Amino acid sequence: MAEIVSLAEAVAAAIGDGDTVAMEGFTHLIPHAAGHEVIRQGLRDLTLVRMTPDIIYDQLIGAGCARKLVFSWAGNPGVGSLHRFRDAVEHGWPVPLEIEEHSHAGMANRYAAGAAGLPFAVMRGYRGTSLASQTAGVAEVTCPFTGEVLTAVSALRPDVAVIHAQRADRAGNVQFWGITGVQKEAVLASARSVVTVEEIVDELDPRPNAVVLPSWVVGWVALAPGGAHPSYALGYSARDNDFYVAWDAISRDRDRFAAWLDEHVYRRPALASAEEAR
Amino acid sequence: MSYTSDEMMTVTAARTLRNGMTCFVGIGLPSEAANLARRTHAPGLVLIYESGTIGAKPSALPLSIGDGILAETADCVVSVPEIFNYWLQPGRIDVGFLGAAQVDRFGNINTTAIGGDYGAPRVRLPGAGGAPEIAAACREVTIVLRQSPRSFVGRVDFVTSVGFGDGPGSRERLGLTGHGPRRVITDLGVLEPDPRTCELVLTGVYPGVTVPQVREGTGWDLRVSAGLATVPPPTDAELAALRELRAAGQHHPRSATAGSSQMTGAIR
Repeated sequence: MAEIVSLAEAVAAAIGDGDTVAMEGFTHLIPHAAGHEVIRQGLRDLTLVRMTPDIIYDQLIGAGCARKLVFSWAGNPGVGSLHRFRDAVEHGWPVPLEIEEHSHAGMANRYAAGAAGLPFAVMRGYRGTSLASQTAGVAEVTCPFTGEVLTAVSALRPDVAVIHAQRADRAGNVQFWGITGVQKEAVLASARSVVTVEEIVDELDPRPNAVVLPSWVVGWVALAPGGAHPSYALGYSARDNDFYVAWDAISRDRDRFAAWLDEHVYRRPALASAEEAR
Repeated sequence: MSYTSDEMMTVTAARTLRNGMTCFVGIGLPSEAANLARRTHAPGLVLIYESGTIGAKPSALPLSIGDGILAETADCVVSVPEIFNYWLQPGRIDVGFLGAAQVDRFGNINTTAIGGDYGAPRVRLPGAGGAPEIAAACREVTIVLRQSPRSFVGRVDFVTSVGFGDGPGSRERLGLTGHGPRRVITDLGVLEPDPRTCELVLTGVYPGVTVPQVREGTGWDLRVSAGLATVPPPTDAELAALRELRAAGQHHPRSATAGSSQMTGAIR
C-alpha cells in the first residue's frame, strides 16, 4: 500500500545515489517539485530516464545530479535547446553526461515491455537510422511466424518512477487524466515509485479517460499542489508557456542558471508537509 | 498584401493538406502550417500530435505538442505507447508533417547532432522524438524547413529519420511501410523526389526567387525540374488567416519560428 508522506520523505525513502530514475509526464504533469527535491537532497550519479528531458532534466543535469541520460527528445518544446543538457554533452559541465538515445516509439515500447515483465518489446522502427548503431538495446529480431525482420528494444526497468498526478485518495490510490503519456507504464516498470499530487481527496469520482493506479502498485504519495509548474495539471493549472520561453535565457548562462537554482530550489523548502497532506 | 518568405513557406505547406486527411504533426513550422490548413481550406483535417491527442482543434497555436488546448479539443486522447503502436505504426495516418535541422539529397533527416563525431558533436540537437517512426510509417511525408547550404547537405551527418536512404530501393530493403518524403517545402520554394533516382529536385520557386538563389542555398548540385513552376503567392485570405492564427498564439514571435530555432537556430 502507498504511504502518504511529505515530498522530502518520499524522495529520501525512494531514491539513492546511483539509482536509475524515470521522471515521466509527457508535456503535461511533469513532476517538477519532485525534481527540485532531488536537487535539494543533493543526489548524485543518477541515471535519468525520460522521453522528453524538458526543463526538469535541464535543471537536474545542470545541478550535477546525473551521470547518464536515457531519452528520446532533449529540447525545450517550441522554444529551442536545453542549454544545461548541451553544456554537459558538449563540454562536460558540471560533470560529463553519458547519453543513450532512442526514438519516442522506442522509449514507449521499452517502458511497456518493463511494465509487462518482458525482456524486450517488438516494433517497427530504427531501421536505416544512425540511432540503431549508436544505441545499446536495439536489435533486429525475426518473427517466428512470418519470418519478417522487426526491431527489438530492451525493456526499461528503472529503480524508481516519479510522476505527478491530479489526485490521490487517503488510501493512496492515484488518479490522473488529460494527456496521460507513459506514466502508467513507467510506474509499473519500476521497482519503486513516488507520486506527487495536486490534492488528496476522500473519494476519486470518475473522470473521462482517467488512469487509476491502485494504492498497492504505488510506493509513496506526497501532496505537492502546483508541483508540475511550469508544466501543468489539467483541471488545476495551465502550462506556463512564458516560463518555458524565459528558461532559454536563464539556462544559457552558467552563472545565471546557478543563481536561479539557488533562489528557486535550494532556498525554497519542499512544498508540503505530511501533516498538511493528512 | 505584402508577405514574408516564412509566410509563403507556411502557406505553401498548408496547401498540400486536403480536407479529411489525417496528419501527424510535428511542433513549430509544421504545426503552424497544419493549423492554417484546418483554418482555411481543410476544416476537416484531422490533427494528430505525439502526445496522444487525436483530432485536436486548437483555436490558438500550441507552443508544445502537449499544450492543454490540444487535449481539451481532441476527439480522443490516448497514451503515448498507444499513439505510436496502434495509430502510427500500422500505417493509418496519411501524412507526416516534419521539421528538420538538416535534410540531404535523398530526403533523410538529421535532428540529432552536427559536426564532430556522435560522442563529441560540434552541435548537439534535441534528437529523434517521434520523427523516425513518423517518417517510416505515414503514407507520405512533408518536410518543412528554411533553406541554407548548412541545412541542405549532400549527406546528413546523422540519419535520425530515413527518407530514401541511399537512394532507389532503400525503403523497400529496410521494410519501411510508408512512401517516404513527398516534398520538402522551404522559404525559397519546393523540392520533390525524382521518382526514378529519389533525389530531391527543385520543382517550384516562390515569386521573385531565382534558380541560382535556390542553388546557393543548397549544399549539393541541385537539379531543376523541366516543369519548374512558380508557386502562386499567398492570397489575402490565406495571409489574414495565418496572421490571425499567430496573433491568437500567446507566443507568436517564438512559436512562429520554433521549428527553426529549435533546430537550425542551433547551428548558426
